[in-house]
Amino acid sequence: MAGSQAQIDAGIDYLGGSSGENNQYLTFTLDTEEYGIDILRVQEIKGNLPVTRVPGSPAEVVGVLNLRGTVVPILDLRRKFNLPEIVYDQFTAIIVVVVKDRVMGMIVDRVSEVMNIPAGDIQPSPDFGNAMSSASIQGMAKVGDKLVILLDIESVLIGESTAKAISLAA
Amino acid sequence: MNPIDDMSVFHAAFFDEARELLDDLEEQLLVLESTPNDSDLLNTIFRCAHSIKGGSATFGLTDIAHFTHGLETLLDRVRKGQIPVDQTIVEILLASLDHMRALVAVASKEIAAAPDASELSRRIEVASGATASPILAPNVAKSVQLPKDEQFSRRFLLHVVPANDVLRQGADPALLVSKLHTFTTIESIVCDGSSVPQISEIDPEESYLSWSIYLTGDVDVERVLDLFSFIMDGSEITCEEIVAEGLVAVEAESVTDAGIVKIESAAASTTASDSASLVGAGKRSTDKTDASTLRVSTDKIDTLINLVGELVINQSMLNTVIADFSMLKLPQLLDAVARMERNSREIQDRVMAIRMLPIKHAFGRFPRLVRDMASTVGKKIDLKTVGEETELDKTVIDLIVDPLTHLVRNSIDHGLETPEVRLAAGKPATGTITLNAFHEGGSIIIEISDDGKGLDRDIIVKKAIDKGLISESDVLTSDIIDNLIFLPGFSTAKEITDISGRGVGMDIVKRSVLSLGGSISLTSTINVGTRFRIRLPLTMAILEGLSVSVGNETYILPLTSIVESIQPKSADVRMVAGLSEVVTVRGRVLPVLRLHNLFGIKTAVTDPTKAILVIIEHDEKQAALLVDELIGQNQVVLKSLDDNYQRVPGIAGATILGDGQVAFILDVAGIVHGIAASELSTQIAA
Repeated sequence: MAGSQAQIDAGIDYLGGSSGENNQYLTFTLDTEEYGIDILRVQEIKGNLPVTRVPGSPAEVVGVLNLRGTVVPILDLRRKFNLPEIVYDQFTAIIVVVVKDRVMGMIVDRVSEVMNIPAGDIQPSPDFGNAMSSASIQGMAKVGDKLVILLDIESVLIGESTAKAISLAA
Repeated sequence: MNPIDDMSVFHAAFFDEARELLDDLEEQLLVLESTPNDSDLLNTIFRCAHSIKGGSATFGLTDIAHFTHGLETLLDRVRKGQIPVDQTIVEILLASLDHMRALVAVASKEIAAAPDASELSRRIEVASGATASPILAPNVAKSVQLPKDEQFSRRFLLHVVPANDVLRQGADPALLVSKLHTFTTIESIVCDGSSVPQISEIDPEESYLSWSIYLTGDVDVERVLDLFSFIMDGSEITCEEIVAEGLVAVEAESVTDAGIVKIESAAASTTASDSASLVGAGKRSTDKTDASTLRVSTDKIDTLINLVGELVINQSMLNTVIADFSMLKLPQLLDAVARMERNSREIQDRVMAIRMLPIKHAFGRFPRLVRDMASTVGKKIDLKTVGEETELDKTVIDLIVDPLTHLVRNSIDHGLETPEVRLAAGKPATGTITLNAFHEGGSIIIEISDDGKGLDRDIIVKKAIDKGLISESDVLTSDIIDNLIFLPGFSTAKEITDISGRGVGMDIVKRSVLSLGGSISLTSTINVGTRFRIRLPLTMAILEGLSVSVGNETYILPLTSIVESIQPKSADVRMVAGLSEVVTVRGRVLPVLRLHNLFGIKTAVTDPTKAILVIIEHDEKQAALLVDELIGQNQVVLKSLDDNYQRVPGIAGATILGDGQVAFILDVAGIVHGIAASELSTQIAA
């Protein structure tokens, strides 16, 4: 895992994208909104694949996937964010990310592009006070006429979901 | 790659080797105790010590080298028959062995400091007659016939740390050192290369090395120092006499006249620390379960290379067949595929075999343990080991050592009686503990048996009632009583001893064995003895499994936990009190666990007469698991689920099926014991 992260780091360096502070984001759509995550977290992007359901797992964990011999849990971000479920189509993608040395996949509606967002264009997240905690949001960025919600993927995936699952398992 | 990292690789290799040598040494010393005049054995022991000394000196581990050097001197005399092997010598050698272990642990940074060994060094020197002490020497002289000059020979330690620019001055320290030969007797030279910088920073004109040179005989210190007078500027040259501790004051007077001689204690150890730190640290090092390296015999590697060669040939045959494939060639294709399958199965077996080590690695520590403990508790004990060559997965071996140690300690402390009691009971004075390892079915059995007094069931029952574990009205078979000792918080030791009986006893042993996927049972007969029987899986990385389907999901059951599979008649399945379902199988009543209920599978067959009941067993408890269908038997490679996700109740791990899909391996222990069921239902409800 560390190896693949290193490879990605190397790749980004090679592209000249990272000059001290990384500001590249992979953006994707979920329902009507555009989201972005730190590209250094992304290991790979896969098309939608059949997964194996995990008995007794929280609703957002749709199952586990065999990723070249590693068993990787897959989360549905729609379920995670309490968005209405849709039928997976040919655009449905699994973004495989590495957080805290763990490999996880998340299902999104469609992957858009890799964007350069300068730190100056990012505004801190407003206080929502609703289901989605503002801790999961790193900030908002205005790119052209689009608003991109930048997610702190670590707190989205590891934060409450696992904490909840672990407390249930205990 | 930087040179420091490279060195640490070699260091690690040396530590591995040193530990192995020390283990060998221990084994041989214990044999030496019973056959003190075996000269081959003495030579082997000497070679062991010598290898450790050589290795440590090469790597600049001067502490180990110094200490081992002293030991080697003693061993050399013993080997030459100048010193007879007696109990004292063996004691000293064993103590030295422990100290060398500690030094190796210090050097590999497992513990901070080794205990003070000055006393031990003195004993070694006294025993080897190397000391110049007129007071202590006669002790030795009584039993030892030494040439006079040797007995009183003095030893000096010459430290040569040349200045960095010594080479530019045109002097060659190596040449000077070699000149020492002309007027002194050099016993050994230890080169310290620790200040050599990384290769990129080495200036070929600079000198980075320093030497510790041991000289024997009457050395003219002034002449030695004179030799180095040309390079004295900026260099550090000292020559000190090595004396045994306790004589420092006397000797100091006589040599300080020389004005340049520094006296230090000959203690080879690092800074003194109380022995408690070693106890704690020693424990830590045994806790280190997953050492990252594995020594594999070349045979195993060669076999693998051959197999891979065959694989390549098979592959090219396959290519030839499919190059211009027509249906006529189908038999050839099938043949090639079958060959490939055989081949890959064999490679898999051989690769798994790499992880297998003989159980000797776990048994090896017990002769010493038994020897030391027997004298502490005043019992006479023989240890027999059978089946040491039985191979087990390395992980299992590492993890089974602690439970085994506990059981052996238990047998020594509680099982065996003192010689008087044994003689009174008409048994030989020497008790026997037997460790036996062998294959049975797909498992490894390890038995620890003693011929001691057996378990006293009255005391156990009384104790269990006292502790509220059972009630007085309970009717217990002797088997159930014996197994009470595995309950948490149960210890029958009348008094708490060092050795066992700290109240955290057998339940820990049982838990560790269960965590390895094994089971433990015991049989005991009053006055005949007690036998513990541990059953362990051969390996933890791969298992023979039975795939079953429930609804549209597939699960794997470990084959070793399956008793049989049946399709029940409707009359056999009953509901008890409207709550739990049971099935009668040949007169036995077993609880029915519906896998589709446990795992919330909606599309499963619910009528037991149309489904299959798989009778599973763990730790002698059975249950009937309701599944839709049996798919087939296959070997599966265990994959961790909690690496990337978390532990899931009822599931032991994951594996990847032939079609690339993930399937879960059921945790039979958890399911049978109902732990998983309660957790799952709360989780599903939540």
